[in-house]
Amino acid sequence: MQNSFYREIVNDHNLRPTHKHELKNANLTLRGVNPSCGDDICLSLFVKDGVIGDGAFTGDGCAISQASADMMLDLVIGKSEEEAVSLAEAFFRMIKGEARPDEIEMLEEAGALSDVSHMPARVKCAVLSWHTLKNLIEK
Amino acid sequence: MNTEQVRNDFPLLAANPHLAYLDNGATTQKPAAVIRAVEDFYEKANANPLRGLYDLSQEATERYEEAREAVRGFINAAAAKEIIFTRNATESLNLLAYSLGEDLREGDEIALTVMEHHSNLIPWQQLAKRKGLRLNWISCGRCGVITEEAVRAAVTDRTKIVAMTQMSNVLGTVNDVKTFAAIAHEKGALFVCDGAQSVPHMPVDVRALGVDFLAFSGHKMLGPMGIGVLYGREELLSKMQPFLFGGEMIEYVTREDATWAELPHKFEAGTVNAADAAGLKAAIECYGRYGFHEIVKREEELGEYAFSVLKSVPHLTILGADEAAAHHGIFSFVLEGVHPHDIAEILNADGVCIRAGHHCAQVLMKTLGVPSTVRASLSFYNTEEEIDRLGESLRTVRRRMGYAE
Repeated sequence: MQNSFYREIVNDHNLRPTHKHELKNANLTLRGVNPSCGDDICLSLFVKDGVIGDGAFTGDGCAISQASADMMLDLVIGKSEEEAVSLAEAFFRMIKGEARPDEIEMLEEAGALSDVSHMPARVKCAVLSWHTLKNLIEK
Repeated sequence: MNTEQVRNDFPLLAANPHLAYLDNGATTQKPAAVIRAVEDFYEKANANPLRGLYDLSQEATERYEEAREAVRGFINAAAAKEIIFTRNATESLNLLAYSLGEDLREGDEIALTVMEHHSNLIPWQQLAKRKGLRLNWISCGRCGVITEEAVRAAVTDRTKIVAMTQMSNVLGTVNDVKTFAAIAHEKGALFVCDGAQSVPHMPVDVRALGVDFLAFSGHKMLGPMGIGVLYGREELLSKMQPFLFGGEMIEYVTREDATWAELPHKFEAGTVNAADAAGLKAAIECYGRYGFHEIVKREEELGEYAFSVLKSVPHLTILGADEAAAHHGIFSFVLEGVHPHDIAEILNADGVCIRAGHHCAQVLMKTLGVPSTVRASLSFYNTEEEIDRLGESLRTVRRRMGYAE
């Protein structure tokens, strides 16, 4: 991630995450792990009437995995489950380098990770929380 | 040793003067002599070895068997038939777990250390699950030292196999396998030595050490990928069941049954990897040309230097022993507040190749209380300048990750 503007966004979410804490009223919780690199997050959501009312994560991992989880929660809290899944799918397309500019726009700060499409070794770090979110909603 | 001259023997190093390759524990670079030996086999001697009754096949067979003899000499085995060619150390250890496992019964024990690479851990763990065996763990302290007491505590009268690495791929510590093999034998157990890290970096004499089996990979010792070695004492190998069945490993086959070929062919089913064996022979000749004594001396010098450079980086902690000599050129470390994968990415941007992760040693990582580490591992062809670049890059990592300092 050579672009320093994007690096700053990632560093900021990694060092000062908003959503990295336990969630007392969680009604959906799922652990996501990257066995090969040891990224390990636990994602918790409070969902009511199909809307994500609140969300948080705990765990350990590299800056990309942690920042990605924090930015994802910034984006999906307050959205419906369907919207959250379609944002996750847009994120996966972005990481594959296949997203349209308007889709990347929709991802707000998480769009800072679009560079990861050129960093195959970091793809699984970036998508960990998003896969966990999708599995949690669709299970 | 003239490092500049040595580096010219390695096409990849010569073509990439700005790359600091410090991941030699994973695989080493290849000298031109090794690459040429593989090419030469295919250009001049390519036929299916061991079977053809024409001159070309005979030539292929000769090159393959010359490679076996070179390996025998390199580790001082008693006979060439004690050298089995495999794909790599992992396959050698799986061969042992399957073949030795045939004779184990429920309640038998296998002792192994917490510092094993997954290749010398999972084959035994899964064998234990299949057959109801017990695993006795040999612990090590935070410095990675395995004591005689720890071995004696884990090896009982029911222990049939003791599996141990000679050199930790994470901490670089060397285990006293000669003493520990003797303890195994006192209790009637066999001693399996993983030499994947040690054989490339120190002279290993299987008879002086008294190990029953030794596994190692060609690609970590200047050789090609895809060729590995299992050494075993003849008396043991000849009693063991084959691991893979098929062509070239039989003596006589009927509809109902088969008998096995003589050693070593009993353990080499299918068409063998003769070209890469020839490459491994060329690698062994490189050790002879550079001089193993000179290689060890140079790697000690570089190890001292790397240790002092790493110690001077703020917020950096080297895992394992607090003296350079105990690391044998392998340095695992953590940098406060920065995940190893982020460090690897930044170092990569600066042209420094290191490994980050759990190094296929998750049991050891748990023992040390770290999820993952960064590892720099040296070879004699590295330079002080490359180590300086590692140090300089590491000093910038925390700032680049958003820490103020």
